[in-house]
Amino acid sequence: MEKPRRSSFRRSALAAGSVVAVTSLLLAGCGSKATEEDAANAESCVDTSGSTIKVGALNSLSGTMAISEVTVRNAIDLAVEQINGAGGVMGKQIQLVGEDGASEPTVFAEKAEKLISSDCVAAVFGGWTSSSRKAMLPVFEGANSLLYYPVQYEGLEASPNIFYTGATTNQQIVPALDYLKEKGIKSLYLVGSDYVFPQTANRIIKAYAEANGIEIKGEDYTPLGSTDFSTIVNKVRSADADAVFNTLNGDSNVAFFREYKNVGLTPQAMPVVSVSIAEEEVGGIGVQNIDGQLTAWNYYQTIDTPVNNEFVKAFKAKFGADKPTSDPMEAAYVSVYLWKNTVEKAQSFDVKAIQDNAGGVTFDAPEGLVTIDGENHHITKTARIGEIRPDGLIYTIWESPGPIEPDPFLKSYPWAAGLSG
Amino acid sequence: MDVLIGQLATGLSLGSILLLAALGLSLTFGQMGVINMAHGEFIMAGCYTAYVVQQIVSSAGVSLIISLVIGFFIGGAMGALLEITLIQRMYSRPLDTLLVTFGVGLILQQVARDIFGAPAVNVVAPPWLSGGVDILGAVVPKTRIFILVLAVVCVAVLAAVLKVSPMGRRIRAVVQNRDLAETSGISSRKTDITTFFIGSGLAAVAGVALTLIGSTSPTIGQSYLIDAFLVVVVGGLGQIKGTVIAAFTLGFLNSFIEYNTTASLAKVIVFVIIVIFLQVRPQGLFTVRTRSLV
Repeated sequence: MEKPRRSSFRRSALAAGSVVAVTSLLLAGCGSKATEEDAANAESCVDTSGSTIKVGALNSLSGTMAISEVTVRNAIDLAVEQINGAGGVMGKQIQLVGEDGASEPTVFAEKAEKLISSDCVAAVFGGWTSSSRKAMLPVFEGANSLLYYPVQYEGLEASPNIFYTGATTNQQIVPALDYLKEKGIKSLYLVGSDYVFPQTANRIIKAYAEANGIEIKGEDYTPLGSTDFSTIVNKVRSADADAVFNTLNGDSNVAFFREYKNVGLTPQAMPVVSVSIAEEEVGGIGVQNIDGQLTAWNYYQTIDTPVNNEFVKAFKAKFGADKPTSDPMEAAYVSVYLWKNTVEKAQSFDVKAIQDNAGGVTFDAPEGLVTIDGENHHITKTARIGEIRPDGLIYTIWESPGPIEPDPFLKSYPWAAGLSG
Repeated sequence: MDVLIGQLATGLSLGSILLLAALGLSLTFGQMGVINMAHGEFIMAGCYTAYVVQQIVSSAGVSLIISLVIGFFIGGAMGALLEITLIQRMYSRPLDTLLVTFGVGLILQQVARDIFGAPAVNVVAPPWLSGGVDILGAVVPKTRIFILVLAVVCVAVLAAVLKVSPMGRRIRAVVQNRDLAETSGISSRKTDITTFFIGSGLAAVAGVALTLIGSTSPTIGQSYLIDAFLVVVVGGLGQIKGTVIAAFTLGFLNSFIEYNTTASLAKVIVFVIIVIFLQVRPQGLFTVRTRSLV
């Protein structure tokens, strides 16, 4: 009867922790082979002759994930509207074909197939959970079409047919650890929900800690949706670590932060760094329970740049003044513009031409300048540590010196050598 | 030492939460034998009652007390309505009751989602309940002490009502022998509705209290439903004292096992212990003859 919570399977993958890497490598391997074979046969049916060009948006508009994914669809709508208003892509107006993934990976695969072969879209934007992405991956590779995926995830994947515009681990978790180390943190306590993303994240954290002389005082997982944190908070309290790294998902965060505050633990004594709490979640937890705690993301509504102010203003004008903008929404907005810029650089809607020309394509995004990496199809992103303030918004207190190159397999980190095995 | 005290307090607190969630069920399931899968949604109704009252009454302390009272009547009314419209038609068909009430539960969840939205809402705890109390080096949150006190009060009131009030005597009479009770002039229909009203009302009271420690979301009831059934089954049907002892035993077991292992493993071990216990003693800790067991 356990229901997956809103962000519960945001990045849950299809296999148990230790085999994730192997599985994704296998998938990637099979995929690229299929791509070569099918690319010749699968003649694209995309119609580029008219004055419009069709693209697909595939997000869950029903089911448990709807609450998160509807905001992503809103961001895509906004980008399309802006691009059309400014003259379209290579002179063609974008015609958005929307589909509902219904929070079910199999539906995502089915609808992706429909968008590609019967709607003949030039590219698809969407997906949230890792299970939905993994389900769509063979479809896009088989038909040699393009997916733009806008959510931070557990890394260890790089498909030629997917562009990843959310953060991979070295753009979110690793910078958060760098920040803590810089602050003189000598010991950590790890708390997470019991499934793939927290376990993968904690494997990375433990490898980093070992290489950097940080002591891991404890590591605890609770079942998804768990609501009693008294024992875990007791453990955290008596372990007396310098900070807590929190990969809990969904409603569990509410119970955790209330208990944490009630036993007298404060952000000053033992800060908690969270990677799954964005602007929308703060309200449910109650800002008085989480005021002063830290988060790690790439984008916050409060980033004070002309580009972001413009984005926030446009978003609120279209969807309501009370709707905050958050990291995944921004990444979805960016993905549409990156596609447009790549098409215009390639002067073609052809998949091969886009893949060949993607490397080095940039966009001046609300989070700052982003650049597509031609090798792994991720994008450069600026990492930001934020502090939750009493107004319920998150403010940047530290950011990486510049955009960080994506490294989904953590190849450039010697301490991560044993991780993907 | 402070760890031991801390875990004792945690066990006591967890036990009181389980007790509060299961108390209503010990009436409707334990005494009447109705498997009500929508019991969790009555808990949820209590949570949202607390939220709505807080939107109207700004003082968190006053709204908490008001919510406990209003919650009882809202939960009770929902329960009575369910009993009158559906459950009374299927007393002889437990499987149908299970399916129908499960469906009602899903409908109530969706209604909550439509009215309040899917993300959790925030119920602010009153200032006099924030922070903790230092007991021999262990810090016990005041909210948990409040819940413990509330659970004890609820049990005492319920036990007193069942024991001495005319209504309580009628309830016990119908549970023990329906035919004889009817022959003595007791309206078993009215008694059934009353029992269901009290049981469901207590679920909502639990819901109001749970907003102090957890999140208020449409699926909150689901997290407590299984535990509540476990407590009632282990305690034995038809006895409040069984429910009390079972709730605290499970609370202590869970807190000590979790401290020495992990949260996930503790749940597994507790389940295994319950399964073994029920193999040895299928009727639970205590039992009386109820019509469901005849």
